[in-house]
Amino acid sequence: MKIAIASGKGGTGKTTLSTNLASYLSEREQVVLTDLDVEEPNSGLFITAGLVHEEDKFKMVPQWIEDKCTLCGICQRVCNFHAVIQLGQMIMVFPELCHGCYACSELCPEDTLPMIPKKMGKLRHFRKGNLEFIESRLEIGEEQAVPLIKQTHQYIDGNFPKEVIRIYDSPPGTSCPVIEAVKDTDFVILITEPTPFGLHDLKLAVETVKELGKRFGVVINRYGIGNDDVVDYCTGEGIPILAKIPNDRRIAERYSKGQLLYTTIPEVRDELDKIVAHIDKLKKGVSS
Amino acid sequence: MKEIVVISGKGGTGKTSLTASFAYLGGKDVIVADCDVDAADMHMLLEPDFEKAEDFYSGEVAFVIQEDCIRCGKCKDVCRFDAIPIINNQYVVDPLNCEGCGYCARVCPTRAIENNSLKAGQWFVSNIKTGSIMVHARLSIGADNSGKLVAKVKNEAKSLAQKEEKDYVIVDGSPGVGCPVVSSLSGAAFVVLVTEPTVSGLHDLKRVFELVHKFNIKAGCIINKSDINTGVTAEIESFLRKENIVHLCNLPYDESFTKAMTNGQTIVEYDNNHLAEIISDTWEKVKEIVQ
Ligand code: SF4
Ligand code: SF4
Ligand code: SF4
Ligand code: SF4
Repeated sequence: MKIAIASGKGGTGKTTLSTNLASYLSEREQVVLTDLDVEEPNSGLFITAGLVHEEDKFKMVPQWIEDKCTLCGICQRVCNFHAVIQLGQMIMVFPELCHGCYACSELCPEDTLPMIPKKMGKLRHFRKGNLEFIESRLEIGEEQAVPLIKQTHQYIDGNFPKEVIRIYDSPPGTSCPVIEAVKDTDFVILITEPTPFGLHDLKLAVETVKELGKRFGVVINRYGIGNDDVVDYCTGEGIPILAKIPNDRRIAERYSKGQLLYTTIPEVRDELDKIVAHIDKLKKGVSS
Repeated sequence: MKEIVVISGKGGTGKTSLTASFAYLGGKDVIVADCDVDAADMHMLLEPDFEKAEDFYSGEVAFVIQEDCIRCGKCKDVCRFDAIPIINNQYVVDPLNCEGCGYCARVCPTRAIENNSLKAGQWFVSNIKTGSIMVHARLSIGADNSGKLVAKVKNEAKSLAQKEEKDYVIVDGSPGVGCPVVSSLSGAAFVVLVTEPTVSGLHDLKRVFELVHKFNIKAGCIINKSDINTGVTAEIESFLRKENIVHLCNLPYDESFTKAMTNGQTIVEYDNNHLAEIISDTWEKVKEIVQ
């Protein structure tokens, strides 16, 4: 069972929901929480767990071997991303721009551009009781989030059986990395705020998950601030509202300290219960 | 013409509301650029008329012309992104997986693959309620490369500012620390960092400042909701002193932020109390610094 938690933009409570939901669920069963916001993973600030494994993650990029190169220029011509460039008597590779398509390397007539691994980030695996927490972090300046997200998915698929609930804290927005994070999941929870910004970003996120053909529901954060437009929109579109996390200064304060919310704020626990009930219903549907 | 870029690392700190407030205060002297193209929201506060709209193309996607395909399978063999599945005995490109590297087309013996340019979004030039102009954009769903669209928006705003002899370009910067925010920052005279006193806010501030520092741009900081955690606020303040970042102001937690937005207004229009005053003073400070 794979559940992605996503939002049209950052700062709407995606990480808050992911960490609280995962911790809460782990009180009764094994849960894998993964932070796929690889550019700025923040879930770890809210989870204290022991490191059980870490590994560097690599992508493949070409490396120029000078002696046999005839400077034929094919490599530069075939790279659609301007990641190999011929400068005078030199071939230069810009690894941050490389998408790892192998075209230059395999089409080089002299075999002088072999692909070699280059570090693009680090994956870390933590554990606390039943909670498995995986975080991948992109190196600063690295521009391709998608390959790291892919490899993180592979790590999880290789290490945990299918039945275990997996919660993915997705990158914000509606671009490539989000698609990569969400495309193989069974259900998407979109989190938003009941404000004009929230509604606008929610609509974009809804368009995205619809295009991917995903089942989804909405959680409203800071419910009570703003207006009723988000609720009206969801009702009108037939989108289930799974929970409403109240607007409450106590929540903002606990969040500011990096603390989980449901352990001390009963209203939050009640809302999590509603989401858990929904997940249980889905699980029955998936296994039957 | 001076360029002022407002960024925050992650969203949700009030960055857009503050940028729009500066735009409002600057009135006719300011051209606005919304470079948060992934989740562009500023248009909801500034009433743009979308006077000019243009498509933005970036990247390619492969397409197999079935009549010309002899089903040799070469394209599938070279594709590193599993983007050419066989469906009903036909080699077809799955646009969601295709990176647009063009490798398949280069090896196809019958030239049965074409590369189509991809519409990555749209950009607009609008008249706004401040009596000035705003350049903004919308990224297509699933698009790559928002950095290029960001650069486009910024460059249009800049050349408009030069043409119209405006004093300032105010940029609502992109989130994150990747390529789009690098595009937002290039050429800036001053960066306004908006943060809030939470553990993640402080963490994001430090990360995004690394970038600002690398580009050697003078920076100032606004701590929003500063009273929500006075401990972290103090930590942020000492970070600002240490890094020589101008501490522009602290804004208390105040729901009129959201209420103004719900009315489609900037905070300075909505509120004639405390917040509006602090933000006006901050804008004056920023202007002085970039002089
Ligand atoms: S394709 Fe190979 S031989 Fe030709 S310029 Fe590039 S590296 Fe040199
Ligand atoms: S592997 Fe592909 S993207 Fe990377 S440098 Fe070579 S041609 Fe360009
Ligand atoms: S363009 Fe590249 S990624 Fe797309 S189908 Fe062809 S080989 Fe695969
Ligand atoms: S390489 Fe060309 S001819 Fe061969 S299967 Fe692919 S599209 Fe068809």
